[in-house]
Amino acid sequence: MTTPGSTAGEPVVDSVLAADHGLTDEEFGGLCDLLGRSPTYTELGIASALYSEHCSYKSSKIHLRRFPTRSRRVVHGPGENAGVVHVGHGWVAAFKMESHNHPSFIEPYQGAATGVGGILRDVFTMGARPIACLDSLRFGEIEGERGARMRHLVDGVVRGIGDYGNCVGIPTVGGETGFHRSYNGNILVNAFALGVCRQDRIFTATASGSGNPILYAGSRTGRDGIHGATMASEAFDSESEAKRPTVQVGDPFTEKVLLEASLEAMRSGVVLGVQDMGAAGLTSSCFEMAARGGAGVELDLDLVPLREASLTPYEIMLSESQERMVFVTQRGQEKAVVEILSRWGLEASRIGRVTDSGRARLTFRGRTVADMPVEPLVDGAPVYDRPAAPSADLQERQQAVACDPPEDPLRALKDLLGTPELGDKTWIHRQYDSTVRSNTIVGPGSDAAVLRLKGTPSALALTSDVNPSYCWLEPRMGGRQAVAEAVRNLATVGAEPVGMTNCLNFGSPENPGIAWQLRECIEGMAEACRAFDVPVISGNVSLYNETEGEAVHPTPTVAIVGVIDRLEDVGTEGDLHLVLGCGFWRPGDRVVLLGFDSGEYGGSAYQRLLLGVEAGRPPEVDLEAEVALHGLLRQSRRAGWLSGCHDLADGGLLLALAECAMARGIGVRAAVDCGPLSLFSESQARAIVTVPANRTEDLLTAAESRGVPVREIGDVGGDRLVLDFDGGAVDSAVDDLRRVWREALPRAVG
Amino acid sequence: MKCGIVVFPGSNCDHDVYHVLSHVLEQETAFLWHQETSLEGCELVVLPGGFSYGDYLRAGSMAAHSPIMAAVRRHAEAGGRVLGICNGFQMLLETGLLPGAMRRNRDLRFLSVDVHLRVERDDLVYCSDYRRGDVLRMPIAHAEGNYVDTEEALDELERRGQVVFRYVDAAGRLEPAANLNGSERAIAGICNGGGNVLGLMPHPERCAEEMLGNRDGLGLLAGAVAAGGGRVGSLAAAGG
Repeated sequence: MTTPGSTAGEPVVDSVLAADHGLTDEEFGGLCDLLGRSPTYTELGIASALYSEHCSYKSSKIHLRRFPTRSRRVVHGPGENAGVVHVGHGWVAAFKMESHNHPSFIEPYQGAATGVGGILRDVFTMGARPIACLDSLRFGEIEGERGARMRHLVDGVVRGIGDYGNCVGIPTVGGETGFHRSYNGNILVNAFALGVCRQDRIFTATASGSGNPILYAGSRTGRDGIHGATMASEAFDSESEAKRPTVQVGDPFTEKVLLEASLEAMRSGVVLGVQDMGAAGLTSSCFEMAARGGAGVELDLDLVPLREASLTPYEIMLSESQERMVFVTQRGQEKAVVEILSRWGLEASRIGRVTDSGRARLTFRGRTVADMPVEPLVDGAPVYDRPAAPSADLQERQQAVACDPPEDPLRALKDLLGTPELGDKTWIHRQYDSTVRSNTIVGPGSDAAVLRLKGTPSALALTSDVNPSYCWLEPRMGGRQAVAEAVRNLATVGAEPVGMTNCLNFGSPENPGIAWQLRECIEGMAEACRAFDVPVISGNVSLYNETEGEAVHPTPTVAIVGVIDRLEDVGTEGDLHLVLGCGFWRPGDRVVLLGFDSGEYGGSAYQRLLLGVEAGRPPEVDLEAEVALHGLLRQSRRAGWLSGCHDLADGGLLLALAECAMARGIGVRAAVDCGPLSLFSESQARAIVTVPANRTEDLLTAAESRGVPVREIGDVGGDRLVLDFDGGAVDSAVDDLRRVWREALPRAVG
Repeated sequence: MKCGIVVFPGSNCDHDVYHVLSHVLEQETAFLWHQETSLEGCELVVLPGGFSYGDYLRAGSMAAHSPIMAAVRRHAEAGGRVLGICNGFQMLLETGLLPGAMRRNRDLRFLSVDVHLRVERDDLVYCSDYRRGDVLRMPIAHAEGNYVDTEEALDELERRGQVVFRYVDAAGRLEPAANLNGSERAIAGICNGGGNVLGLMPHPERCAEEMLGNRDGLGLLAGAVAAGGGRVGSLAAAGG
């Protein structure tokens, strides 16, 4: 075997160049030891990508092990392109969430679009047909003169997500959008996709069978996004203009045909393994496929379809051009796959073969440009236990501050409804196709989206949640709360959670305060996952979300999928989209409040948005109380008692009642025996439900037997929201509230 | 009735129409590949929604030149039923089987929302389940649905009674605020002179089942596969 050598014109590989590639001296030394020589330029690029935080999870791996990852439903947990769980009737669901924060800040339209593209490929490479997307977005301040750039980012991200998902034909059925100044220098774009397939049709990204051909399919390779996974690379800037990385450009049409062609190829019976080329492109796809199969690969880089002939092996291996896939097929059967792809107008070329050497050997123009052991590079990437300690100002942050009751609770309600944070998000949702594929029973704007599963009596429910202020004030409680709220949202529609994915967005883990936030949030999430018996089946970590030392609020976005076994059971009180949505629709229904208020305001919407303060401890998440509430909600749904349900979240009881009333413009008359401040408390494990009068008794009995505090507080009806409290009343036409709520976001985005 | 749904690269509502025709209305339904040249005996041809060829040129313009379109044209000219939904409507405009063109929506953004439609004609097979003046609720999901033509052509379209659906408010009134994409004369759907070719922007296939909370679109697809079609072609006489 020839020793790999450098190619004319390539820079000299030394520890300085390695440092420019983000490798520490130890990492570079370890790489040299592993190879028994100094790496070639191409090898250095490959190692830097595989050792990057994005690919290796080197700072988070040690904490991620805290998550429970198994249950009787889990087919594939973390480590595949997407996690897979059984959802009943012979079907499985594949899903994952991933961040595209950095590219979206640089170029919002393409950054967000390619984020959607990447997550869709992660799902269909598992053999699953994507059926829904969610997007969790965090922006900085958008109002006033200072918000001009942020408004441009909001517009670009929303159009980017819409144009991509709409074209591919996958409905965006929910998500969340938040605004906070901690995102002024780093926005968050977290895209989630869910797919389904028959349980015997799952594929994995595994290269196996020595001699089997490796096919490259889809778009040609260009210079876009080189080193996207490593992010920074000063070597590039000082090299030449031509090598400067560019943000990837998405082509949703190619994605759509690649999706159809790939699923058809997978049905053909000759495909053994599939992997998309995402972050770190051909490098990560080939190395990870080989590592999973315990195999090696040989690639002839001259056979890779290129957009321009002048690409170097280094660039070919690190390009992040979009809409590309790798297939491993049975030997001699590759023609069948090539034919399917070409019928869909796609190029496919054989670029190499699987070997049993355990090494990746790459040749280019007759020379070996890389020859590296696969397994030690992929699974043996460095793992760091970074120093973690609460930041010096944490204690001060957690000091409780006085929270004055509102002089005029109605005014306070309207002020909250008029913020972009709590205002109606229709301006965003209506740029996303939410009904294509004709499965959407409940779409955007509700606690959980609900999609029927055609051909079965069941439905899938999905939601994404996190409260960054809670996480900033007390990361462990914030982590717990994110999971609790997501599971609660699913319980409002009667769905049993079957699996979780997440996207952990934090600042630099090299800062002990941030490393501590990461560890604590994960610990809180893991506690909640165990309490609710929800396995984590996939996920993504996005670190270094900071600008000039200002980190984003810790934002561990959680997305959970649940199953409603029999839709027929939950719909006895009326049309499914009414019953499962969270708005009042039937005058005369009783309104019942579940759960207990402890008067908690730390990190609440009232405190943040009206008082301009973010301090104290966030609401306590009592996992037992949550378990009891969720059980009650699911039981009530299965029994068909409920005509509606909405959990209490940001803004507390008054905001929840207002949201239920504004949904269909139907009012409510209710009374509670607490003061005006309590109307805005964000105590957890609470929900309001509506029931026909003849079902109240059943609900009360069930609640008592489960130990869930329960109170009938009023009736649905009329066109006003009337809430009597100790010492006063809120009384407003629902239409007035609606106007303020609907105008909030359009006004803010201009 | 044998139904064929043409699949172009980028079609994404093909499965949804298939589901309603095959599973809800229990019709014999087949997918027809855009590169075929035969309709395989299909009596109803559906051009489904989506982004054919990415709609990177004008929406529907590339698909209008697909090999199968010659057969679709012959079928339409012989009086056969052709239904174009969303991107399919855009294709019918691009092939000239229906008059007019589409611009970007008035506010230049994609619009995914439920709209109300007023049924303007009930003597077409497609509308045999509806009565003139009925108000239907259907979802739209498009970026280019802003129908336009010359004033003379629009007058002619009106005179010949080829406007089948208009965007209205929930009470059936023509209101600028209800015409979200800005279409001339609030036009949401039109037919050809023979009444056998219908194009519309809203998606009847997405609102054809009780489970999804809206069945207003089922009548249109049920009409499209209704036997006989005695009233197809009555338009020319009616329109004079």
